[in-house]
Amino acid sequence: MANEGVDHGRRRFLTATTAVIGGVGVVAAAVPFIESWEPSARALSAGAPVTADISKIELGQMVRFAWRGLPVFVANRTKEQLADLPSLDPRLRDPGSKETSQQPPYCQNTWRSIKPEWLVMIGICTHLGCVPDYYGKIEPEPFDAHWKGGYFCPCHKSRYDVAGRVFQGVPAPLNMVIPPYHFIDDTHVRIGVSPKGAA
Amino acid sequence: MAAAPNAYKPDNKALAWIEERLPIIGFMRSATTDYYAPKNFNVMYYFGSLALLVLVNQIVTGIFLTMYFNPSAAGAFASVQYIMRDVEWGWLIRYMHTTGASLFFLVVYLHMFRALMYGSYKKPRELLWILGMFVYLALMAEAFMGYVLPWGQMSFWGAKVIISLFGAVPVIGNKLVEWIMGDYLPADATLNRFFALHVIALPLVLLMLVVLHLWALHEVGSNNPDGVEIKEHKDADGKPLDGIPFHPYYTVKDLFGVGAFLLIAAFIIFYQPTFFGLFLEHDNFVPANNLVTPAAIHPVWYFMPFYAMLRVIPSKGLGVLTLFAAIAVLFFMPWIDRGKVKSWRYRGATYKIALGLFALTFIWLGKIGGSESTWIGETYIGRVLTGVYFAFFIFLWAYTYFGWEKTKPVPLRVTMHD
Repeated sequence: MANEGVDHGRRRFLTATTAVIGGVGVVAAAVPFIESWEPSARALSAGAPVTADISKIELGQMVRFAWRGLPVFVANRTKEQLADLPSLDPRLRDPGSKETSQQPPYCQNTWRSIKPEWLVMIGICTHLGCVPDYYGKIEPEPFDAHWKGGYFCPCHKSRYDVAGRVFQGVPAPLNMVIPPYHFIDDTHVRIGVSPKGAA
Repeated sequence: MAAAPNAYKPDNKALAWIEERLPIIGFMRSATTDYYAPKNFNVMYYFGSLALLVLVNQIVTGIFLTMYFNPSAAGAFASVQYIMRDVEWGWLIRYMHTTGASLFFLVVYLHMFRALMYGSYKKPRELLWILGMFVYLALMAEAFMGYVLPWGQMSFWGAKVIISLFGAVPVIGNKLVEWIMGDYLPADATLNRFFALHVIALPLVLLMLVVLHLWALHEVGSNNPDGVEIKEHKDADGKPLDGIPFHPYYTVKDLFGVGAFLLIAAFIIFYQPTFFGLFLEHDNFVPANNLVTPAAIHPVWYFMPFYAMLRVIPSKGLGVLTLFAAIAVLFFMPWIDRGKVKSWRYRGATYKIALGLFALTFIWLGKIGGSESTWIGETYIGRVLTGVYFAFFIFLWAYTYFGWEKTKPVPLRVTMHD
């Protein structure tokens, strides 16, 4: 039975269109499940800006604050540390901070900050997201005989200078990220919001 | 597992009634007493059944751990301590689960090495090998997510490092990482979804893959240490001359293996459950803290060889690519190795040396992956070893493709050495 007088073209067309429409339905139905993995409203609101009191950070010291659950390094850099920055350029991957995703435009300068002495930086290694340690002293270290102060990642030995610029020959590909921030006054920094008028 | 050619008819009326409606006894017979396996299996042939045993152990102990575990960032660490200290026998069930995870990888690695020794991935067993590789992949995902659940320092930072691997994907990388975590860092959302995947989704996938793996095995039949196809020499009844029924011969042999294996497993569970910080890392006895990185982050030992590649390559994109390539290349073994002779018994010394070097490289890479040293020389050794790892496959292809391999004559029938 069945196959007599069957219009095969029509049958193929119906099978194909049914499959296509069904496929579209499956894809559409998958969207809510995939989107459910996005950060929730609660996670997003927990990412609101924070204010850091920097009045007690001494010269040469680095203090960690938390923003969005990320460690934010705020360092009060010494004149010696800042003076050594240009001399490191030949040993760095991106000395001029050309990679625009790693800092806001108002921090794309030699010291990668709004005020030269104050560094505000997300202390996350750009290799695999560990938190690097601060080695602020200008002295030879086991991992670098010509150390001018900076950050050393204990996970995979990536090295950064005091401006969070990455050295060549280490696994980390990029300079550490500078978050948007601005100074409310001389002793308070708002992390998560750019200065008025800046992008 | 192929459709039984001559349907089985039980004498018992009740069983016959069932069999006519669901041929389950016939199916069991075709997979046991009527399933012929080569008679020359050696000690390397224990690990398949042992992997199955561990899988059952993981499911049973896992179900009981689920009853007390609290899958939240706030409660996970404490609930694991609760299982260890307050739940009756909780410590035993958890140590059976954690030890089982490591032993699972141990038997699977030996099982895979056996396939490399005797050419068990070669025609007609290519798909069997590929399904096995998928089991291995699912197992890696399952183990990784399981390790995140206790929410210790190594859980947290291990999760962070492994998830960041996906950040190497061009353009969508960072968005993908946020999507996997459901937050800006591994958080409650991450732990919850990993728990769901670890206890429901991946075990289902794993079980399904194991069924397919066994189905494919029973279709093509087991290889053996001689790499001889026993189906090519059959008696008048169509039974392989060099085959013996899986049951009772190999069920009894496997039972002996189970005894020896459980003895070792029990010793570890009772006397050295952390296995010197290898099965359970010391840093994981500290609750997760997103502001403090442990001195050295490394995954559990079974991932270390691949992790070493990531460590020593000075570029994130290339490192991630190498790591995935190192696993992906194994899928292609049936087509990389063009040699006609299966077993290394008849392949000549060169293949034996190459495979030995490969195994050594894998172990040494593992040592570097777990190393806490800051010595730069280790990085260079790691790079050389990564090269050797891939060189094995290139060598094997060239060696067999251009016919440089000097093989010995393969016997027609299996041999019994001891």
